[in-house]
Amino acid sequence: MAEMVSRPYERAFEKHALANPDVLCLSADLTSSCEIDKFRDDHPDQFLSLGMAEQNMMSFAGGLGLAGYRPFIHTFGVFTYRRPYDQLMASIAYPRRKVRIMGFLPGITTPGGMTHQAIEDISVMRSMPNMTILETGDATEVESICEAADSIDGPVYCRVLRGSMPRLFDTPIVVGQMRELSLGSDILIVTAGISTEEAMRATKALEGVGVSVRHLHLNTIKPFDAAAMLDHINSVKGGVITLENHVTEGGIGSLMAEIMADNGVGKKLKRLGLNDTYAHGGSRAYLMRYYGLDALALTQGIEDLMGERLGITEKDLAEARVDAVHSLAKAEGL
Amino acid sequence: MLKNEKTTEEIALGIRRRVFEHAMRNNGGYLSQACSAAEQLAWLYNEELTLGAPTLPMIPKPFEGVPHVDNPEYHTGAGYNGPFEPDFDRLFIAPAHYALVAYATLIEVGRMDPEGLEMFNKDGSSVEMIGAEHSPGMEVHNGTLGIGLSTAAGLAWGRKRRGEKGKVWVYMSDGEVQEGQTWEAIQCCAHHKIDNVKAIMDVNRQQCDGAMDSVMEVGDIRAKMEHFGAVVAECDAHDLNAMRTAAQTPHEGKPLIILAHSNPFHAMPILEERFPRLHYVRFKSEDERARMNSSIADALDIDPIDYEGAH
Ligand SMILES: Cc1ncc(C[n+]2csc(CCOP(=O)(O)OP(=O)(O)O)c2C)c(N)n1
Repeated sequence: MAEMVSRPYERAFEKHALANPDVLCLSADLTSSCEIDKFRDDHPDQFLSLGMAEQNMMSFAGGLGLAGYRPFIHTFGVFTYRRPYDQLMASIAYPRRKVRIMGFLPGITTPGGMTHQAIEDISVMRSMPNMTILETGDATEVESICEAADSIDGPVYCRVLRGSMPRLFDTPIVVGQMRELSLGSDILIVTAGISTEEAMRATKALEGVGVSVRHLHLNTIKPFDAAAMLDHINSVKGGVITLENHVTEGGIGSLMAEIMADNGVGKKLKRLGLNDTYAHGGSRAYLMRYYGLDALALTQGIEDLMGERLGITEKDLAEARVDAVHSLAKAEGL
Repeated sequence: MLKNEKTTEEIALGIRRRVFEHAMRNNGGYLSQACSAAEQLAWLYNEELTLGAPTLPMIPKPFEGVPHVDNPEYHTGAGYNGPFEPDFDRLFIAPAHYALVAYATLIEVGRMDPEGLEMFNKDGSSVEMIGAEHSPGMEVHNGTLGIGLSTAAGLAWGRKRRGEKGKVWVYMSDGEVQEGQTWEAIQCCAHHKIDNVKAIMDVNRQQCDGAMDSVMEVGDIRAKMEHFGAVVAECDAHDLNAMRTAAQTPHEGKPLIILAHSNPFHAMPILEERFPRLHYVRFKSEDERARMNSSIADALDIDPIDYEGAH
């Protein structure tokens, strides 16, 4: 069972910001929700409260970039691009300001419903020239997200996990490098963020019924090295399947579709995620089941892809749990 | 028919008792919003709003999907505020995190069964923590703060053009004045002389991070709103007569915004211990939970809540 780590962002941000005086901590009235309340209290000189005014914050951050600072924006992911899309584009992305956008509660990791769930952020950011996209899938990635983001010569959007989370990896994020979690030869599974843990559970069960899985975890979604991915696609006999905490359009499923089509790969691709739907409020485990974003949905998707029943049940997957803690904890409050 | 079975004071007390009980049983909740908002919502539903009888079941139905072409049965929670008819008012709760208080109000005024609150924030329920459009009493999706007044202005303009008498009310929070859209909405109401839109704002001077002055000062809200073209009335949010008087303020050709100055620990004075972190009160220890339980129960004149066995 994986080690559970509590609030890794809090420590990681503090460490990084203290080592880099040009890093500034910006907050939009969600300071404790983004685990920077201690930083605000301990390092007020490096902290800027911008209130619940995201449009201003985005352009303001662009101005800080012009002044040579590297602002880290903290709020829920949705509030960094839905309302202030124009500001994000004109003040940050176009001029390539070194603004580090820390988008918390990606996808259905919040019980706050439609207005709080960033389900199309990757799609939006992928279509935004100059934007880099990183996503965290475990405690180690959250611990290394600040350094990784701050190494980018331009703006970067990060999907950041908060609270208690498993440690799945033991090496920090290397921007542009995907993680090869298993190197089988039947099916290629590509995941990012919280979907990776689900796929790791599914992999155990799949191996148990004789399916050889190749599983890749992405922490860098844009820019993307298609050549390395192509090798993996060509290394499996069967098809490719993606599972993402995001709508199926414009995210990593689309990314794979583009790579495969661009290179004339004649293989099947199955994209799992929110299928042209908004989500609603509820616990993470419930929403993952309801919208088909969990390990069971993945094994069923693989059955479809392979055209055969594998007989994997919820019980088999429960036994392959990577952790047993956080999925039971119902997020209360925001 | 639905009106005046209870006094507005009784309803406000009932709201606070329900929210308190809920927060105790769930080890926390949007408790401070019940302190600041109870009279405002009680007054709206019990006195000010002209609403028809509810059109949706007293016991809320489970979540039935989001708006989609494949979901033709989709409906919002507006039916708890009665039918969409020309003479009836509409109400938008802009700060959707006040949902718990709004649901308690629906129960107190006989528009929802108390069972509805048991479904709060339960998986598969429509009674969501952050009120969704399909949640009881919610008419449009708010929750991304600052959009409520604009939607209301559009609806009000449209209703006026159609000759409908019903007004459009918006329940607002003061945090919303930090969002630029709020000012765009007032400017638009003034320009188009939209005077069938009325808002009451819970001016509790609090936001997620604490006291608003420490997060982003907003200055003199009244003067700013008047400059943008609203008629502004002010009242003590816990003084119903003052609220009634404020609502009578003439505002021909302009929107009316009532600034209801509230106390975020009104009727639950022990909550002051948590100042300035009142946004979502999660008890820090069993000791605190127990102390708050006996103190608030005493203040609300009920027995302490038996929360053993709850979570
Ligand atoms: C556009 C937007 N930004 C941020 C948030 C997150 N958020 C929820 S409530 C809130 C502020 C709360 O202040 P206020 O609206 O005055 O409510 P109160 O303090 O009375 O609960 C914030 C920042 C949001 N819901 N919408």
